[in-house]
Amino acid sequence: MMLSRPYALAGAAFLACVPLVLPSYYVSVATQILIFSVLTMSIDVLAGFTGRTPLCFGAIFGTSAYVVLYTFSVFGWPWPLAMICGVLGASLLALLFAALAVRTSGVYFLLLTLALGLIVWGICLRWTPVTGGENGLRTELRQSLGLSARGLYACVALVVGVVTFAMWRFVRSPFGLTLRGIKEGEGRMASLGYDVPLHLTIAFTAAGFFAGIAGVLYAVFNDFVSPSTVQLAQSVSGLLMAIVGGIGTLFGGFVGAFVIIALEQAVSSVTERWPMVLGLTFIAIMIFAPEGVIGKARLLLTKSHNIDPDGVGR
Amino acid sequence: MNVNAWAGFKRVLAFQIMNGLTFAALLFVVASGFTLIFGLLRIVNLAHGALYLFGGYVGFTVGAWSGSFVLAMLSAMIFVALAGYALDQGLLRFVRGVELRQVMLTLGVAFVLNDLGLVIWGGDTFTIPTPEWLQGAVMIGKLFYPKFRVFVLVVGVLVFAALWLLLNKTRLGALIRAGVDDREMVEACGIDIRSVFLVTFMLGSALAGLGGVLGGTFLALYPSADAEILVFSLAVVIIGGRGSLAGAAIGAVLIGLLNTFGQVWFPQLAYFVIFGPMALLLAFRPLGLFGKAA
Repeated sequence: MMLSRPYALAGAAFLACVPLVLPSYYVSVATQILIFSVLTMSIDVLAGFTGRTPLCFGAIFGTSAYVVLYTFSVFGWPWPLAMICGVLGASLLALLFAALAVRTSGVYFLLLTLALGLIVWGICLRWTPVTGGENGLRTELRQSLGLSARGLYACVALVVGVVTFAMWRFVRSPFGLTLRGIKEGEGRMASLGYDVPLHLTIAFTAAGFFAGIAGVLYAVFNDFVSPSTVQLAQSVSGLLMAIVGGIGTLFGGFVGAFVIIALEQAVSSVTERWPMVLGLTFIAIMIFAPEGVIGKARLLLTKSHNIDPDGVGR
Repeated sequence: MNVNAWAGFKRVLAFQIMNGLTFAALLFVVASGFTLIFGLLRIVNLAHGALYLFGGYVGFTVGAWSGSFVLAMLSAMIFVALAGYALDQGLLRFVRGVELRQVMLTLGVAFVLNDLGLVIWGGDTFTIPTPEWLQGAVMIGKLFYPKFRVFVLVVGVLVFAALWLLLNKTRLGALIRAGVDDREMVEACGIDIRSVFLVTFMLGSALAGLGGVLGGTFLALYPSADAEILVFSLAVVIIGGRGSLAGAAIGAVLIGLLNTFGQVWFPQLAYFVIFGPMALLLAFRPLGLFGKAA
């Protein structure tokens, strides 16, 4: 279900005003939220519109960041080229994953993508000469762009706006409707003559492309990437953000990223037990609000039942 | 190549194969519990690795307190079986019937348990001391090999035999097999499949606890050991197919050998050596070697 246009415009105006009122530490948190919103929405493109729940998007996102920082710092390529390579790298990786995974569905899809993501993690950890192993890669990309915290926020917000619009167009296009058809009834779409594996491959690659853009933004934002960027916890928290925001809502990604990152900031300032809070949040969401925060609120307000009651789309 | 070098090479190779097989035995103990739960309850219990780690920690504590390795194994199995009971009755009952919600709930439990382990036992690496009667080496053919690793191999074979007997020769086993094939039909026959489920879940968890003590003795216990063993178990079950004991055994041997030789010959690509073949297999046989369609 889509948010209507006035809400979207109000949301965009709100996001544009954020850096004008907040101190710079919070501007950097807001930048992070925007970047992870893109990652979350890219997961939602797959989970919410094709019914395939992936657990490898942290790996695709992190690969993009690795490629950007490696080509920029080691090859010395100009930053626009490095960024394009990052997005391309993520898209190619997604294409490879898709080729292996689209014939599976449900839990097997989840497990296979989990294993594929772990291969990436293992390579980033062990291939020390290229990835720097546990130490990761560190560059001065952000410095060389000459961006302050507020300047970076503005750039990120602009890119996020464009990418969000692109994703919205993508899922609303005839192609996106076909994907929804596949989610609702794969067998029927196949017997109608649609090439289901091909559609899923394209959707997976497109989602990887969007996750790659998020990865590029993260590379600039963080100037550092390490195996923890591609590890399972990254894919898991991305998926949790998508679920909190509501699977299949697309714009819910902003809400999910905001809730989880704000929670992380709040919890981290009090205790070091963030993984436990993350786990408990996951359990609580799965038991009490699998349709996400927006979906739950909407259910409570209107008692309507036109939202997927299983939340995670099966 | 002269005769001596060839003999040396053969000895190293035999040693590597034994290492691979003992690791496979550990993997089988852990993964057989995983595949039982996956096969019958359709729950991919991603907290299985955390249960393994907890079993190891409990075994370590009890072993240090009592000095008895057997007591350590028993208490770890009982404790983890009870944890499995709590997980099934306390949490999973709220999300019955929706596969993905169950999977992700157990993922949350894995995060909580892992962090809880960090709170209770800290981030240090522990090794459960090898009991005296299993120290030293034994002679196998012309090869001196650590006694404890042979013990792990024996336990793996015993667990396989016991599970095979349980599944094929007892009433409970017949119910479990029937449940794997067609759950509704079993219920329609008037059998309380829920209690069969619960017993299976506790049995599978107990195997994770046993694996934790074995692994904690010849490998080590540390905060990320749960994720590592979980990934290996996943690979074993994915290769073998859901709910298949023979599949788990073949998968464990395959992964055990691939891991051992991969680490020696391609250390930087060790993960790829394991998961590359698995991903390929799954792409062509989505249900694994012995998997049946639901």
